[in-house]
Amino acid sequence: MKVTEKDVIYVADLANLELTEQERQRMVKDLDSILTYIARLNELDTSNVPPMTQVFSDTSAAIKESAQDQDRSWREDELRPCLPHDEALQNAPVTDKEFFKVPKVIER
Amino acid sequence: MDLSALTVASTRTAIAEKQFTAARLVEDFYHKIKAEDGDVHAYLTLAEDRAFAQAKRIDAAVAKGDPLPPLAGVPVAIKDVMVIRGVRSTAGSKVLENFVSPYDCTAVTRLEAAGAIVLGKTNCDEFAMGSSNENSAYGPVHNPRDKTRVPGGSSGGSAAAVAAGTAVASLGSDTGGSIRQPASFCGVVGLMPTYGRVSRYGLIAFASSLDHIGPFTKTVKDAAVLLRVIAGRDPMDSTSADVPVPDYELEICKPVRGLKLGVPTEYFGEGLDPELRIVVEAAIQRLQEAGAELVPISLPHTAYAIPTYYVIATAEASANLARYDGVRYGYRSAKARTLSDMYRKTRDEGFGAEVKRRIMLGTYALSSGYYDAYYLKAQKVRTLIARDFQNAFGKVDAILTPTAPTPAFKLGEKSDDPLAMYLADIYTVTADLAGIPGISVPCGETKSGLPIGLQILGRHFDEGKILRVAHVVEHELAAVQ
Repeated sequence: MKVTEKDVIYVADLANLELTEQERQRMVKDLDSILTYIARLNELDTSNVPPMTQVFSDTSAAIKESAQDQDRSWREDELRPCLPHDEALQNAPVTDKEFFKVPKVIER
Repeated sequence: MDLSALTVASTRTAIAEKQFTAARLVEDFYHKIKAEDGDVHAYLTLAEDRAFAQAKRIDAAVAKGDPLPPLAGVPVAIKDVMVIRGVRSTAGSKVLENFVSPYDCTAVTRLEAAGAIVLGKTNCDEFAMGSSNENSAYGPVHNPRDKTRVPGGSSGGSAAAVAAGTAVASLGSDTGGSIRQPASFCGVVGLMPTYGRVSRYGLIAFASSLDHIGPFTKTVKDAAVLLRVIAGRDPMDSTSADVPVPDYELEICKPVRGLKLGVPTEYFGEGLDPELRIVVEAAIQRLQEAGAELVPISLPHTAYAIPTYYVIATAEASANLARYDGVRYGYRSAKARTLSDMYRKTRDEGFGAEVKRRIMLGTYALSSGYYDAYYLKAQKVRTLIARDFQNAFGKVDAILTPTAPTPAFKLGEKSDDPLAMYLADIYTVTADLAGIPGISVPCGETKSGLPIGLQILGRHFDEGKILRVAHVVEHELAAVQ
């Protein structure tokens, strides 16, 4: 693996991080050593192995049935009580009492 | 009264027999916390109003002669990744420094409904990411057994509070070992239930296919009592399982005679501290003497568990932590002029180094061109790790391993080397990946007096059996001392 500073800048951008110059240097080094370690997964032939996308996707039918009974995972699409407006706003850094406020998005 | 000696069972009995009131007990616990927690730093926030209000309810029930619930008057601590209405919940992060939750975590609601008294919120690694509690934005926790050492992580504060006797029991969360490893380091019992056994509603998410809530206690019986209270289907968490919850207190009374216990070669190889190995092997021997049959087994994909974990956990974390953008709650940078600038500066200033490292790693693993090579590959290897356990549980009833490769290490010893730190979870991540339950029970000490944990892993939803084995280990150990 060879992680470059360009990779780090690109991924930081995707992750909505900026990172200081010093953090970037450190990140190049850390990601490179961790990804090199992770590359040992390639020693395994997984061409006929299904991905484990759910915790019980590959277990016995009995557990699957009780643990992941699909019918119980669905509910009627009905109106239910939810967080009152003022409580939903109480932790917001900036509001106008009605909406969350953010810096201007569109310049005119 | 000796607060450090109180268990869930003895506290409830003392309250029921009017040896002391719940209000007096809470007062004494806060006195102890204020006098002694400065050196340990297990607590981040105390919930005094809530605790005294609950104590009053318990005392009123005792006075009236009402039947008492199973945790009546038991003072507990909650890892700061579980939210409680009206109480600050930081997740060990600067991002949530002033976050006061408008709702309750289901596991906490269930504890309180059973009569428990929540004393406060405990310190942890930021967003539960760490193995030493050194990643807390509020400073590290010190191991009560040796204050120059870490308590383990990420639920270090919850383990330390029980070990120090500043709580009778506590809740933690386990994503890669964060309950069992600190339990081992601090010399307490730590139980990670099966994936889906305990609702995660109100748990601040780290990696959703791996996150579990579970108890820390002084005794195996206490863990059995707490699990029964918090387990079971919750309509607020669609991943919580609708599987009957047995009476674990009855389960633990059964003997281990006739049980087949697997001992996997891969967990006793290179990297295992030699002194720790001797203690763990002696505990395993005692189980054989108690009538269990030991069966050598192999879990051949064990060596791939850490790399698999660090792809899947970080990928899920990068998605879960996208919500901290300074808009709806949490920290917002004051420096930004535009919206996208605000997102970036907020996250840059709010998150600590390890959280940024994991967000970066996870984002990288999910990014275009790398998804198949990392994320999909890791999901496939996760299947192989789960199958290792499935095959093993065709032959044995439970599996015995050390909980961690070493006893508690020194503060600062591994904090500069992320990979060395990740390897502290080498024996615990496998159970999170497979979704099976695991418990760490104290099984002895090093010559210098550091606690050592034995890990017992079980089949999906078979917590009863691992508690049963742990109970025997606990009693065999007591017989030795």
